[in-house]
Order: sequence, then C-alpha cells, then structure tokens
Amino acid sequence: MTQPQPILQLEECTIRFGGLTAVSKLSFSIGSRELVGLIGPNGAGKTTVFNFVTGVYQPCEGRVTSMGIPLHRKKPHQITRMGIARTFQNIRLFPSLSVFDNVRAAFQRRLKGGLLRTLWRGKSFHEEEAKVAAEVMDLLNIFGLEQVAHQPSKSLPYGAQRRLEIVRALATKPRLLLLDEPAAGMNPTEKTELIKLIRFIEDRFELSVLLVEHDMKVVMGICERILVLDHGVLIAEGKPETIKCDPKVVEAYLGHKC
Amino acid sequence: MKPKLLLLTFLLAAFGLQIFSSRLDSYVVGIVIKVGITIVLAVSLNLINGHTGQFSLGHAGFMAVGAYTCASFSMKIGSQANDAFGFLSPVLRLNISFFIFLLAGGLTAAIAGLLVGLPSLRLKGDYLAIVTLGFGEIIRVIVINTPSLGGALGLTNIPAHTNIFWSLAFAALTVYVVGAAVHSTYGRGFIAVHDDEIAAEATGINPTRFKIRAFVIGAFFAGVAGGLGAHFDQNINPEEFGFMRSIELVVIVILGGMGKNVGVILAAILLTVLPEYLRAFNEYRNITYSALLILLMLLCPQGFAQIWSGILTGFKKLCKK
Repeated sequence: MTQPQPILQLEECTIRFGGLTAVSKLSFSIGSRELVGLIGPNGAGKTTVFNFVTGVYQPCEGRVTSMGIPLHRKKPHQITRMGIARTFQNIRLFPSLSVFDNVRAAFQRRLKGGLLRTLWRGKSFHEEEAKVAAEVMDLLNIFGLEQVAHQPSKSLPYGAQRRLEIVRALATKPRLLLLDEPAAGMNPTEKTELIKLIRFIEDRFELSVLLVEHDMKVVMGICERILVLDHGVLIAEGKPETIKCDPKVVEAYLGHKC
Repeated sequence: MKPKLLLLTFLLAAFGLQIFSSRLDSYVVGIVIKVGITIVLAVSLNLINGHTGQFSLGHAGFMAVGAYTCASFSMKIGSQANDAFGFLSPVLRLNISFFIFLLAGGLTAAIAGLLVGLPSLRLKGDYLAIVTLGFGEIIRVIVINTPSLGGALGLTNIPAHTNIFWSLAFAALTVYVVGAAVHSTYGRGFIAVHDDEIAAEATGINPTRFKIRAFVIGAFFAGVAGGLGAHFDQNINPEEFGFMRSIELVVIVILGGMGKNVGVILAAILLTVLPEYLRAFNEYRNITYSALLILLMLLCPQGFAQIWSGILTGFKKLCKK
C-alpha cells in the first residue's frame, strides 16, 4: 500500500521581503486528520507561513503542495477550492450580510449553476437553493448559531463572530483548516470552549487543523504535534510534552540563562 | 416562481399603458418614459457601485456607446429591418427591429464594459473611479472626432421609437435582473466582494469574476438606456454623455441607498420628477434642487432605503396591533 499524500507539504520554503528573510528553508507536512500547532515568539513568521500557504504571498524558493498538487501561482480562491480554508487573526466577516448569508456565500464552490441559472430561476435553481439553505442551517445548528441566523453578522458578540468565521470556513468543505490565533481576545471560559470546539470539528468534519496561537494552554490542549518557529527557522518539532522541555524552545521564548 | 410572475405582470402593465397612452397627456407620458430610462441607468449602476462596491464613474460612457450604436443602426438599416420584421408588427403591435437594435447597443456597451473591466479591476476605490472617468471622456472625444457619428453636432432626426412600453419594460427587466442576480447563493458573491475582498477570496469566491460580471451587466443596461434615450430625444450629441451625467447617476444611487434597489428606484423617480415640478421656480430651480438634496442627505444619510424600511417596519407593527 502506498503512503497517502500529505494534505499539506512544504519543502525548503523561503520567503524574503527585501533584505529580510521572513521564513527560511521551512519544511514540514501535515497528514490526514492531524491537529498541528504552529507557535513561536512575535515576528517569528507564523502568519507569513499562513499567507503563502493560502496564496496571498508566493514563496521565493521551495515548493508547497497539497495532495501532490503544487500550489505555486494559484490564487487564494483557487486554493480554497482545493480544500484549504482559513480564518483570520482579526475577524473578517461580511458585515452587511446576515449570519445565514455569511455562511451561504461560502457555498459558491459547490454551486453547479452560474449566473444564467440564477437569472432564469427555474426548477433546478430552486432545488439547489433549498439544498444550500438546509445545509447552512445544519451547520448553524451544530455551532449553536441557529437562533441568530437572520441577524446581521456584525451584531454578534465577539466569541460568536469567531465561531461564525470558523463555520464559514467549514462551509467550503475543507480538508485542512488553518486557524490564525482563534483564541485572541478570548476570556478563559471562552478559551476552554474553543479547545472543545476545535477537537469536535476535527472529529465531526474529519479534517486536519493547522493552528497558529500564542496561548500555550490552547495549543497544548489541542495539538498532537507542535512546530516551533523562531526568526523564520523551524527550531523544534514534536509532541507537546517534548516541546515544553526543549531547551531551544525555552531559549527562544525566555532568552539565555546567565 | 414569484419574481418571474412579478416581472411578467409589470411587462403586461407596461403594454396596457402603451395601448392607452394616446389618451394620456403627452407631457406626463414623456416624464414617465424619462423615469423608466433613469431607473434602468440607476439600478444598473447600483449593481456596480452599490452591490459590488466598485466605484465607477463611467456609466455615461457606456450609455454613449449604446446610444450611438443603436441610433446608427436604426438610421442606416432601420427601414430595411422594418420591412423584414414588418409581418410581425401588426400581430405584436411592437417595433421588433428597434428591440434588436437596443440589444445591439446594450451588447456593444457590454463589450466596452468587459474591455474596461479587465485591466482596470485590479484597481480599487478612487483609482478605479479615475480610470472609469477617463474611459467616459475617451468615448466622448472619440465621438467628437468621428464624422460618421456626427462629430460635435451629434446625430439628429433619430426616429422616435421609444415609447412608454419599451421604457417601462426595460426598467422592469433591469430591476428583475439586478435583483435576481444579487438575491441568490450565487449573488451573495457580489456582496461578499463589496464587504471584504480578502475574506471573499478565502471563502472560494473569485473577486475578479464577480467584478467583471457586474461591469458587463451594468454596462449592458446602460447601453440599452442610451439607445432608449436617443430614440426618445431624437437627437444625441457628445456633450450630454459627459462626466456630469455619470455624477448625476451616482447621486441617485447614493441618495437611494447604496445596494438598495427599492431606494434607488424611489430616488430615480424623485430626481426625474422633481426638476419638472421645479420649473415653476424658474431661475431658482437649480438652487432649490441642490438645497433639497442636502436636506435629504442630512435627514436620511443612508438614503431612501432607510425611509422605506422605516415605513415597512411601522406597517408591520400596525398589523400586529
């Protein structure tokens, strides 16, 4: 039996902004149904990694592949359609759309008909719309957002907005979910709920998660494997317990011992 | 099925009005035709500027492309085409060749929209506004320097084909197309692009495709409206498709409420009818008009759509009691 293709594979990826090397020779891979954390001190290049995986930047050297298909020169929306969805560090919802419509907008990649079918409004159009509406409500039900489905998304409390952004990403049916600091600005109770939520998502939707996070409690609570980045270099990789005691990691976060 | 039935009802109503139009006051009929044309222009611009959030100042340019194409067709091959479709006219009591020329004008404008859209949609906000403004001016200057289009004098003696049916029918069709395009799972893409392009891309929406679709549909209807206007006024000249025409339309969209079709329709009606009523004030007309605009923006900064939804919620409350 052949080894299944990794969902995400980075080989020797380097990205420079002018003279600054933000990420240098980074290699790692994420397999099916893995919960991986990406940590590192401020400015280590975590968000940059996200941005070149999702096509916002192009790596200067190296290769990024998903299921064996290179992501080189693909636009962000094409990468999303390949099954890699993301959320943002600062929540980016569609403020003028309702909660329901925010999720519905993400069903684009699964629509069969285009503009003409939308304008004609025949039988197939109504069937598809009904199917989409049912699936959206299912998703909202799972995440406890069904009560607020028709409220404007900007009126939601912070934690619910975060959840909605995750729901919207899930609506694109991803194989890999990239979460950029989902616990930022959350209180301890919300964080505990978030840990449960992410574990639940992995189980329910059978996907892999790559998590960038500062909060160690959240990272240690969720991830099976952790990658540590410092100044754009991968300095450690392994299980949470080994990472905690790794001298290089301690040094990156706390500095030298005098 | 509901929106399609509504469209059909409107088309039939327009046809009915057309049959009785000879008994109506021709001044009123003229204003109604103008209102219809303005609705076509404003609602199609609303798709670009309001729903999709791309600030375009090129609508007068698209209008000019449609007006000149349509007018040239009906002046050069109009009579032959009339003969060819003559057998249909007694049955339908409608000028089929004019309909085809209007579509031709719309399609030419749509192609112009595509050509402008492809390179310039990499730009955002003010920069896009400047490019579309430039496009409008280019069209105007090209027309001035083309003798076969009448140069600076324009085209005169265009046959008076536009009647109340064509004007209102296309107004209804524009509202239907823009409304149907936006109110669907597919159409949420336009609004997603308006709200946050980066987030839209992250949810698998191709912003460029939606922007170009908006520009092409918007330009098509602007072209049709240009054709309607040309066959109503019976003469066109490059000056009426200047930058101020685009600004006027943008004002209607903003006053109506960006991305709110009902509000934009109300604004289109008001801003067409109001100047006619203000004729009584003669030289104070423009001052009164501007003062009213300022007053309206102060009272309802989100446009007429705000008033409209206010009336709706008030009505619902009354019903509950």
